[in-house]
Amino acid sequence: MVLVVLQSCHEGKKEVSSEAIHVDETVNPSEEKIPSYNFDELEPLLNRKDDTTYVVNFWATWCKPCIEELPAFEQLNETYADQKVKVILVSLDFPEKLTSQVIPFIEKNNIQSEVVLLDDTNANRWIPKVSETWSGAIPATLIYKNNERKFYEQSFSFETLETEVKSIL
Amino acid sequence: MKKRAAYLVVLVAIVGTVVFSSFKNSETAPISNGYTIGDEATDFKLKDVDGSMVSLADYKDAKGFIVIFTCNTCPFAVASEDRIIALDEKYNSKGYPVIAINPNDPKVQPDDTYELMQEKAEEKEFNFPYLYDAKDKIYAAYGATKTPHVYLLQKENGKNIVKYIGAIDDNVRDAAGVKEQFLANAIEELLAGKEVTVKETKAIGCSVKV
Repeated sequence: MVLVVLQSCHEGKKEVSSEAIHVDETVNPSEEKIPSYNFDELEPLLNRKDDTTYVVNFWATWCKPCIEELPAFEQLNETYADQKVKVILVSLDFPEKLTSQVIPFIEKNNIQSEVVLLDDTNANRWIPKVSETWSGAIPATLIYKNNERKFYEQSFSFETLETEVKSIL
Repeated sequence: MKKRAAYLVVLVAIVGTVVFSSFKNSETAPISNGYTIGDEATDFKLKDVDGSMVSLADYKDAKGFIVIFTCNTCPFAVASEDRIIALDEKYNSKGYPVIAINPNDPKVQPDDTYELMQEKAEEKEFNFPYLYDAKDKIYAAYGATKTPHVYLLQKENGKNIVKYIGAIDDNVRDAAGVKEQFLANAIEELLAGKEVTVKETKAIGCSVKV
């Protein structure tokens, strides 16, 4: 499994999306290369229909309220590890900061949830595709399962996050 | 869990077709209050980095205003600084000066104290007002949720009417990669006496820290 992921990451952007989502939960993502997607490559991760509840958080290492709420997402990831709940942390850090900032941050904080980098400058095109209600401010979180979707332009505590996730389990 | 899932499948089968085909999202994010296109924007009296108080009414000869909510350290705001300076250089003389407003509360975001705003304005040689909004919360009346967040206003019968809301252009990260200059296009249309074509755009920004 690990080999598949590593290989897929080296194959270039187009090939990554389908395999990378299946990263083995026991593997610390920071040990892998964090995949960098444009929005077309990220979009399938926002539209899976496999009875799993996906919790997709948009964040960046320089975003203070984002960093403050990351432990809530990590706790959710851990608490629901044996259920069909998947946390995906979509970093909006500038791509040139990936190795100098994002990966060190993930290693230092031992982030276990899956992390991907969204490298797509034309935000006016893709923000409405995430949610029509999103003004573009981060932190922001999409929770979805199959065709049921909820979007939140706000910060979460573990309790408020869990309440929302339970409503869509 | 399985029973519940089975129940859901049945329920979905019954009511699902219509909902799924229209792919109706149950969006729950609070819709931010604030201005929409065509609204009259409020004037204000905010403290500039040079100590003076600035109001839109001070600009008797202006045709309108480029009101930009921005801040000292948000990477998207920083990446936009040179473009904001250039916008003022280009459009101030044409009647659309830049009015920059920092909405962040320094108690929440210590990088945005009045003193650090002064440093930023001096370092970047801002030739436009850079106003401190932590007390008056003008950003909330406008509905700005992030930095940078642009409101293009045009004077009409003594009122400042909102003509464009959103991003400066389609590439906040990299000025060299810009393909569409949303804000400049909107100003050019107003200058030509035309209606703004692209009235609202979205961009990633740092949430207003209050």
